[in-house]
Amino acid sequence: MFAYYLDLALRSLKRHKALTGLMIITIGFGVAASMTTWSVFRAVSGDPIPWKSSKLFVPQIDNWGPAGHGPKDTSNEPPDAMDYTDAVALMRDHRAKYQSAMYQIGSAVTPQRVGQHPITAGGEAVYSEFFPMLDVPFKYGSGWSAADDEHRAQVAVISSRLNDKAFGGGDNVGKTLSIDGHEFRVVGILDDWHPQPQFYDVVNTGGFSEGGGSLFVPFTTAIANSMNNNGNTNCNATPKEPGFIGLQHSECAWIAFMVQLENANAVRDYKQYLDNYAAAQQQAGRFTWAPNNRLRGLMDWLDFEHVVPSDTKISLYVALGLLLVCLVNTAGLLLAKFLRRSSEIGVRRALGASRREIYTQFLIESGMVGLAGGVLGLVLTGFGIAGVSWVLPRDIAALAHIDVSLLITTLIVAIVATMLAGLYPTMRAAAVQPAWQLKSN
Amino acid sequence: MKLHPIIAALKKHKAGVTLITLQIALTLAIVCNAVFIIGQRVERVHRPSGIDEQNLFLIQQAYVGAPTGDDAASIEKLDAMQRSDLATLRGLPDVESVTAINSLPLLDSSWTGGVGLKPDQQHSTEHAAYYFGDEQMIKTLGLRLIAGRNFTSSEITNRGFRGVGEPPMIIVTRALADKLFPKGDALGKTVYLDGLAIPSTIIGIVERMQIPASGSWGNSFVWNSVLQPVRLDANYTRTAVRARPGRLDAAMSEARDALFKDNPMRVMENQPDIGIGIMPFSEVRARAYRADIGMAILMGVICLILLCVTAAGIVGLTSFWVGQRRKQIGIRRALGATRNDILRYFQTENLMIAGAGVVLGAILAVGLNLWMMKQFAMDRMSLLYVLVGIVVLMLLGQGAVFAPARRASRVSPVEATRSV
Repeated sequence: MFAYYLDLALRSLKRHKALTGLMIITIGFGVAASMTTWSVFRAVSGDPIPWKSSKLFVPQIDNWGPAGHGPKDTSNEPPDAMDYTDAVALMRDHRAKYQSAMYQIGSAVTPQRVGQHPITAGGEAVYSEFFPMLDVPFKYGSGWSAADDEHRAQVAVISSRLNDKAFGGGDNVGKTLSIDGHEFRVVGILDDWHPQPQFYDVVNTGGFSEGGGSLFVPFTTAIANSMNNNGNTNCNATPKEPGFIGLQHSECAWIAFMVQLENANAVRDYKQYLDNYAAAQQQAGRFTWAPNNRLRGLMDWLDFEHVVPSDTKISLYVALGLLLVCLVNTAGLLLAKFLRRSSEIGVRRALGASRREIYTQFLIESGMVGLAGGVLGLVLTGFGIAGVSWVLPRDIAALAHIDVSLLITTLIVAIVATMLAGLYPTMRAAAVQPAWQLKSN
Repeated sequence: MKLHPIIAALKKHKAGVTLITLQIALTLAIVCNAVFIIGQRVERVHRPSGIDEQNLFLIQQAYVGAPTGDDAASIEKLDAMQRSDLATLRGLPDVESVTAINSLPLLDSSWTGGVGLKPDQQHSTEHAAYYFGDEQMIKTLGLRLIAGRNFTSSEITNRGFRGVGEPPMIIVTRALADKLFPKGDALGKTVYLDGLAIPSTIIGIVERMQIPASGSWGNSFVWNSVLQPVRLDANYTRTAVRARPGRLDAAMSEARDALFKDNPMRVMENQPDIGIGIMPFSEVRARAYRADIGMAILMGVICLILLCVTAAGIVGLTSFWVGQRRKQIGIRRALGATRNDILRYFQTENLMIAGAGVVLGAILAVGLNLWMMKQFAMDRMSLLYVLVGIVVLMLLGQGAVFAPARRASRVSPVEATRSV
C-alpha cells in the first residue's frame, strides 16, 4: 500500500508544479535558516567536556562584601574571579580531588630557529592538577608534577601549533624554550585541544577565542617570574602598592579557579569548607561580613557567565520564528491543495477507502513535500553555514560546522515539521463526505 | 462595495483565512522586531568615534626580556625604551604625529574608573574610560579641543602599568563635562578619580571621544572619556600614529622596519587576535562592529525570506480560492459585474484578511519586543516600526493578490453555465 500512496503523492505533486515548488522552497528556506542558526547555537552552548562536566565546579568567595557592589547592583553576587590571597589559600588547603587556580598570560616566545622574530603566545598559568582535572590530551610528554609546582620549576606545556611555530614540529620534549627571556623546559606537547567555549577560564577569555591556549606554565613559576596577568582585573579599590606585587597583595579579582568533586557529599563538604574559610577570614578581621560564597557546577557557571552571546540566541529565536511562519504557510497551501481534491477523495472513499487510508495517503504526501524541502534545506544550510563566517564574529562562526547529526536533524526537522503542518489539512481531507462529493458532480 | 458578501464568503474558508491571518500576524511581529534590531545596529555602527580615523594607525607590540616594571628603576628603563620608540617613529618621513596611548576608541581593551565630585566618594558620580597618553594625543587622534588647553610636554608623567597615582590635571569629553557639571562650567573644576582623595583639575574639554568598549556593557557611558597626561610603562605598549595624508601604507611599513631595526627583541608580527602588530584604524573599526553588521545582515536576510514566503502564501491561497470560485465569478459576471468589480472584490477580501492579521501582528510585535527587552536587555521599540510594518504588509498583500485577482477578473461569464 505504501508504494501505492507514494505513487499517488508523486502524481499529485507533479500535477500542481507551482504550488508544490512553492511549498518545497518555503520549507527549504525555513529549515535552512533555523538549522544554520541552530548549528551556531549548538556550537557555543554545548557541553565542552560532557563526560566530566558534572564533576567540575567553580568556587566563588565574596572578598569584597556588601560595599563592593555598586549602588545599582542588588544581586549580592561575589566577584566571579578570585584574588591572589584566596586562590593561594584554597590551593594550599587542597580540599578537592583536583584543583587549579589559573590566570591568563601572554608571553613573548623566542623561536629556536634563527632569523625568526619573537612571537606572542597566549595561555594560562596553572597548577599541575589542571591537566588530569580537564583530561587534557598530550601528543608528547605530559604535564608537570606537584613538586614542580612547589619548586617553581621552569617547565612548560605547549600546544602543537606553538610547537610548529617555535620548533617546526616534532617531539621536542626536553628542549628549552625562551619565554619572556627565561629558559623553560618543554615537558609536554598537547594534542589537538581547543575546547570551545574555553570553559576553564571564561572570566578572562570571554568564552571563545580563535587560537585557544597555546602555552601553559606553573602558576607558582609565573608569579615568581612576574609574568603579568593578561586577562581582566577587577578591583573594588585601587591597590595600595604598585606593580604586579601590588596586584597580588590587593583584593582585586583576577584569578580563575576550578575544582573537581567526585560526588554530592564531596560537593557539600567543599561548600562547607569554603564557608568555614570565609568565617575564619571574618574572625581574623579581613572580612567584616558573613560568608557569602558560591559553588557552581560547570554548566551552571557557563550559563551564569552568559557564555552564549545574546546575539546567537536572538538569531536562533528569530530563525525559529521564520520556520514557524513557513509551516503556517505550508499548512495553508496543503489545505488548499488537499481540499481541491475533495472529489477525488470522495470517489476513493465511496470505493471503500477508510478514513485511515486517506490519512495515510495525505500524510505521506506531506512527508514527501517535507523530504523534498529538507533536501533543498540541506543545500541551503550548507550555504548558510558557509555564509555565517562573514555574518557572525569569526571565532564563533568558525565553530559552526556540518556533520552527520546536523544532516540527519535537518531532514528529520523538515519531514516532521511538514507532516505537522499537513496534519490539519489531512484531517479536513479525511473528513470529506463521499456522498456529498459524488452528488455535486 | 458591500462587505457582507465578502465576509460571508470568507466564513466558508475559515481554516484558510485563519492560517493566512496568522501568517501575516507572525510575519509582522518578527519583521518589526528584526528591522528594529537592524536599525539599532546601523545606528551604533554609524556613530562617530570623535577621532579623525583617516590616516591613523595603531602599533601594538611587546618587548622581549624587558624589565618587570615592578620597581622604579625598571619602570624608568621601560620608559626609556618607549621614549626611544616614540622618537624613532616621530623621525619617519611619512609620519605626521605620534602618541603613546593605552587604548583607542573601539579597540575593546578598556581601562575604566569612577569620577566623583568629592574626595573619598564611595559611589562615583559617573563611570568613564581613561586614556593615558602624552601631549601629542589630541593632535594625533585628531580630537577637537573646544575649551581650555592641551597638556604641555612638561606635564606628562610616566608610571608603571599597575602604578598608583592620579594626575593633577585631566581633559574630559564634553559629554562627561556636561554630566558632571550640568551648568556648563566644568572647565577649571576639580574632580576625584576612583574614589580617592587626590584632586584632578579639568584643564580642557574635547568635543567627543568614544570609549574603547564597543560591547553593550559600555552603552551607559559611551561618550565619557577622561584623558590623562600619563605614559604607561610596561613590556607591552600601544602607539597611535598619524601618517601624512595618503601615506598610510608607506608609514606603516616604515614604522615596522624602523622599530625592528632599533630593537629586534620585540614581538610585533601581526597577530591581531592577540592584540599584536600594526593595523590601520579602519581595521580596528571593522573588528569592533563586525558582529553588529553581521547581525544586521542576518536579520535582513530573514526579513526578506519572511516577506517572500508570506507573499507567496497569499498568491497560493488566493489562486486556490479563485480556482474554487470560478463558477460563482462567472455567475456574477453574467449578472453584470464588471472585471473591475471582480478585481476589487479580491483586493478588498485581502485587505480584510491582512487588516485582521496586522492588528493581531501589532499586538504580537509589541509583546515580542517586551519579551526581548526582558530577556536580552533590548531597548523599547518605537511604534513607528509597527506602523511602517503594517503599511508594508498591507501593500505586500495587495501586491501579492493582484495576479490571482486579475486572473479571476478574466473569468468569462460563460463559466456560469459550466457544471463544475
